[in-house]
Amino acid sequence: MSEGLAFYAIFFAAIFTNNILLTNYLGMCSFLAVSREVDTSMGLGWAVVFVMTATSALNWLAYHYILVPFDLTYLRFVVFIVIIAAFVQIVEMIIERVSDKLYIALGIFLPLITVNCAILGVSLFMVIREYTFINSIFFGLGSGIGWMVAIIAMAGIRQKMARSRVPRALVGAGIALIIAGIMALAFMGFSGMIKIT
Amino acid sequence: MSPLAQILIGVGAISAITTLLAIIMVIADATIGNYGSVQIRINKEKDITVEGGRTLLSALMDEKIFIPSACGGRGSCGLCKVKVTSEIGEHLPTELPWLSDDERKENVRLSCQLKIKKDAAIQIPEELFNVKEFECEVKSIVDLTHDIKEITLRLKEPAQMKYKAGQFVQFEVPEYELTSEPVYRAYSISSQPSRTDEIELEIRLVPSGICTTYVFEHLKVGDTVTINGPYGHFYLQDTDARIIFVAGGSGNAPIKSILHDMLEKDIQREAVYFFGARSKCDLFLIDEMREMEKKLPNFKYVPTLSQPQPEDNWEGDVGRVTDAIERNIDSGENTEAYLCGSPGMIESVVDVLKKKGIPEDKIYYDKFA
Repeated sequence: MSEGLAFYAIFFAAIFTNNILLTNYLGMCSFLAVSREVDTSMGLGWAVVFVMTATSALNWLAYHYILVPFDLTYLRFVVFIVIIAAFVQIVEMIIERVSDKLYIALGIFLPLITVNCAILGVSLFMVIREYTFINSIFFGLGSGIGWMVAIIAMAGIRQKMARSRVPRALVGAGIALIIAGIMALAFMGFSGMIKIT
Repeated sequence: MSPLAQILIGVGAISAITTLLAIIMVIADATIGNYGSVQIRINKEKDITVEGGRTLLSALMDEKIFIPSACGGRGSCGLCKVKVTSEIGEHLPTELPWLSDDERKENVRLSCQLKIKKDAAIQIPEELFNVKEFECEVKSIVDLTHDIKEITLRLKEPAQMKYKAGQFVQFEVPEYELTSEPVYRAYSISSQPSRTDEIELEIRLVPSGICTTYVFEHLKVGDTVTINGPYGHFYLQDTDARIIFVAGGSGNAPIKSILHDMLEKDIQREAVYFFGARSKCDLFLIDEMREMEKKLPNFKYVPTLSQPQPEDNWEGDVGRVTDAIERNIDSGENTEAYLCGSPGMIESVVDVLKKKGIPEDKIYYDKFA
């Protein structure tokens, strides 16, 4: 199915038409929890971009060179999660050791996204849609950027909203979910541009 | 392929992958993540050695120094603030939402987010430094009045408590018919700090109160109870101002502690103690207070009854405690006040004292809700 799709088409589709957060609603927990300030969400966004890209590559290799040859594709859930967790942990340790600046900008968010379902979602979509290695990397990169765009937009709105009078019952996660829903509607305007299911 | 072989291959593959990753993690932890042991200097007086690379909160907790934290170290409650006095790097983005500009400037950090990678010096409030959990044995239960009991607890583990006269502890009520989970209630210590191996509490019966019912109906001599503390800023300030103590009911406890402490330290400041009660049967430890007046020549005890009964033959002050203050205090110049009692009493006493010219920052009390 993915034969005809060029990597750039997948890349843009992952950002706009198939935004992992707004069309699949994956990665909601950190999206809601860390979207209070634009700066912080930017940091988390970059961390997601990095981890998604790297783990989609790693998981692609593990899938095609370990799971497929041994006919163990049903184990992909477990294997992907374990690989993501180990990768994130090690990257965090390295960043922490090497650079305080980078740790403040990026490393601090890594533990938050070890169990981010968007990361696992990207790896699963990529094998379900049978992407090639290159396409998977761009799918991961695009999805990460798409997630970052969504959380930064959300943080911007929530910062602006700090002075608005939100009905008491909706303060916090309630209003955030409504905003996310409206943003998802807006992103539906992109659908039809490119199709990648 | 037989089903058995399939299962074996599946199990084998998962085990192999996880083992490989685990080995990589262990190696990484021992090399990249190994910061050796580091020293933390607390309040310039105590040094502790902890394993580097951990969060400050968990390192302190292992050393039995309890920093309040409600979320368990996830950076979502903002309670575990600690001031770091040595150079330790910039604030992390996860800390910033919880810190005011002043706190950022003073290098206050969230201890659950801050990892200790090199030697550091921190400053924590003195009372947190000393807060511990104590296992105690009930040594005696004495009726002070018809509704106030004096409970003496012998400290077993740890065997000593360091505190200032006037501070309070939290009493842990285990689950029993009125509560399905342990609850904590604060009580002032009525004994003086020199009695390090035991503490004394004065507990007044609150009808159907969870803790007081437990103490009045279930607690027996020899029982084991758990307390934690000490807490609070209610203690004698180191000045030479005149002192006004005001208490009602079991509010006597911290004042009694402070008075005994003054006696032992030979603090001969001018002091007057207004104690409010309804009738004579609500008064207690009068002999002890009269004895105190003899030993501390500048100390005066003024009990006052709001509804003396005919059989009381009461010749002392009559009226509410605010009336007694009104009558006995001329001016609030160079005076400090220490209050302990119900919120309503404290409120009205503060009003009277302010009228007498005592500035609000010289009126001390612990707010028990």
